[in-house]
Amino acid sequence: MNYSIRRQTLLKPTWVAACGLALAMLAGPAVAEDFPTAAVNTSGLAVTDKTVTVGILHSATGTMAISETGSIQAEKLAIAQINEMGGVLGRKIEVIQEDGASDWPTFAEKSKKLLENDKVAAVFGCWTSASRKAALPVFEKDNGLLFYPTFYEGLEQSKNVFYTGQEATQQILAGLDWIAKEKKAKTYYLIGSDYIWPRTSMKIARKHIEQHLGGKVVGEEYIALGDTQFGSVINKIKLKKPDVIYAAVVGGSNVAWFKQLNAAGLNAKKQSLLTISVTEDEVLGIGGENLEGFYSAMKYFQSLKNANNEGFVAAFKKAYGDKAVIGDVTQAAYLGPWLWKAAVERAKSFDVDKAVVALPGYELTTAPEGYVKVDPNHHLWSKLRIGQWRKDGQADLVYESDLIAPDPFPKGYQ
Amino acid sequence: MFEYTMEEVGNIVVMQGFSGLSLFSVLLLMALGLAIIFGQMGVINMAHGEFMAVGAYTTVMMSKLAVAYDIVNSYFVFAIIAAFILAFWIGYGVEFLLIRHLYKRPLDTLLATWGLSLVMQQIFRSAFGAKEVSAELPEWLLGSFQPTEGIDIPINGVFVMALALVVTVGVYLYMFRSRAGLRVRATVQNRVMAGAVGINTKQVDRLTFALGCGIAGVAGAAFTTIASTGPTTGSLYIVDSFMVVVFGGAASLMGTIASAFGIAQAQSILQFFMTSSMGKVATLMTIVVILMLKPEGLFASKVRK
Repeated sequence: MNYSIRRQTLLKPTWVAACGLALAMLAGPAVAEDFPTAAVNTSGLAVTDKTVTVGILHSATGTMAISETGSIQAEKLAIAQINEMGGVLGRKIEVIQEDGASDWPTFAEKSKKLLENDKVAAVFGCWTSASRKAALPVFEKDNGLLFYPTFYEGLEQSKNVFYTGQEATQQILAGLDWIAKEKKAKTYYLIGSDYIWPRTSMKIARKHIEQHLGGKVVGEEYIALGDTQFGSVINKIKLKKPDVIYAAVVGGSNVAWFKQLNAAGLNAKKQSLLTISVTEDEVLGIGGENLEGFYSAMKYFQSLKNANNEGFVAAFKKAYGDKAVIGDVTQAAYLGPWLWKAAVERAKSFDVDKAVVALPGYELTTAPEGYVKVDPNHHLWSKLRIGQWRKDGQADLVYESDLIAPDPFPKGYQ
Repeated sequence: MFEYTMEEVGNIVVMQGFSGLSLFSVLLLMALGLAIIFGQMGVINMAHGEFMAVGAYTTVMMSKLAVAYDIVNSYFVFAIIAAFILAFWIGYGVEFLLIRHLYKRPLDTLLATWGLSLVMQQIFRSAFGAKEVSAELPEWLLGSFQPTEGIDIPINGVFVMALALVVTVGVYLYMFRSRAGLRVRATVQNRVMAGAVGINTKQVDRLTFALGCGIAGVAGAAFTTIASTGPTTGSLYIVDSFMVVVFGGAASLMGTIASAFGIAQAQSILQFFMTSSMGKVATLMTIVVILMLKPEGLFASKVRK
């Protein structure tokens, strides 16, 4: 692993991420006087001589709070760190947090409130595709700016959104290539929850397995969201004896799936399993003993060894307690405020129209996941990593791909 | 199925039979508490799932203690007892503060208990965090039991089955073989008359409600072995619980058992031969059709109206 900022390991880990960005961006912190408000804000956003207001819009209540809490924490941490460094264009960031309450129309309403009443310069938020799809028309109509953290199914690109997680092909293709080679896998069993993300992902996975890997899909199964009984499905898998189970089960079902899989005798000693829906956050609920030896394909694992990440993990734990864990999406959410800062500073303006065109091409070298680059299609170039779960809930890195270009509308996979 | 050997097919039949029975005991355990409350008192307890979550969180907390004192292998039984006691007393309090004021307005109990379920979810979230947690389980509850090569019987399934049996027999003995149960049945059949012969029907209601909640707590504790524990865990169970109770016929213990068995077998078999979601759809359709033909459920009770 060749990280260009190795020299920074001499610094205190907590400061590494912050200092790194400062070094990369500017010689010293910007002062507000250099950027008069009238010049940096021509579109009536909530920007004063001292402050700039942004929004955070996630579910702090309801079913999705399980997943979205980590994103809220990461975004607040990044904003606090940016403020410590002097803010953006010399202005402190102030946050208005709204609760989407796991309800998609609420996301649209709150987006409208943040954009039209509060005039926020950017929003960090949404988690499920459903909430993003609900909020998207509002962002496009009011010309807002959204940083969306979750890995998702792709098939979307908007002027008003930057996607800091992976789109489906980035997460799926390299992972399948790896396991096909590593386990000499010929037969695959696909299983996911029954909604758009797993279904789109499995469609891509099936095409890739059949057309590029010469493998065979021996079963494809979708579980109703919230279903907790897997007895029959597991028996079907046992009958088919696939070389690899490829899983994208989410939520409470995910916990039940792994607990029952293990209890049915299908553990890593007997069965290879690659999942795209388990991060460190999910492991808390599933229990490390039920995952031990299975693989996850993600762009980030908490256990990544590089100076950026060590600084990030230390800062996160300092802010949220020693037991806090960081999953893939949490890290992607952490990138949002940093990317927005970069966009504004490159544009020398808070105006959405200017910031949006300034960001593509930007290279963020201080990301905990390592180097990322913003593509003109508003997604990030990133690496895919395969982690093998340990009993203690952390993953050992077993594979790392080269940088993968984002391709939200993959030809031949739709 | 000619691509498989006879032995493979045999193994699958055994394991599939077991998973049907296992689903049966899960559904039964889920529904028993609700059946007692709904069947005996006519109260629609929408917070049933949250009482299960109380049991689950109790188990998680106990497991933390167990890890600290290094008694992971034996704590689970105590966790179940603690889950029962805690859920029982919370149920007792809820009846006193909320439910007893609404007996004459049965539809309002639905709204009130639904509100209660939201309140409880938020309490879990504030107290234990929004993320899911898991209990440290004893070694003997993990993994599978292999009678022969090729057959795996999940141990947690056997455990849930045994517990469902114990609870069902317990409820039966309480309801049909004890003085307290006699008072409950008398109150259900004719509340005014029961009061006239000196039964404290208010006390009976309170105990019945608390008992139903306590059993929900036991179910929640047991389900930590097979599913998740989080603030909204309860909502995963509430629909299935109601389905079992309504399909069985509201006021009948036998009906609940028969209904849990029927639904479990149908679902388990259909999900094996169809896709999982289609299996569920087919099961629900069957239930709807049967309920249209027999609106009172499988076992209609003879209650004086």
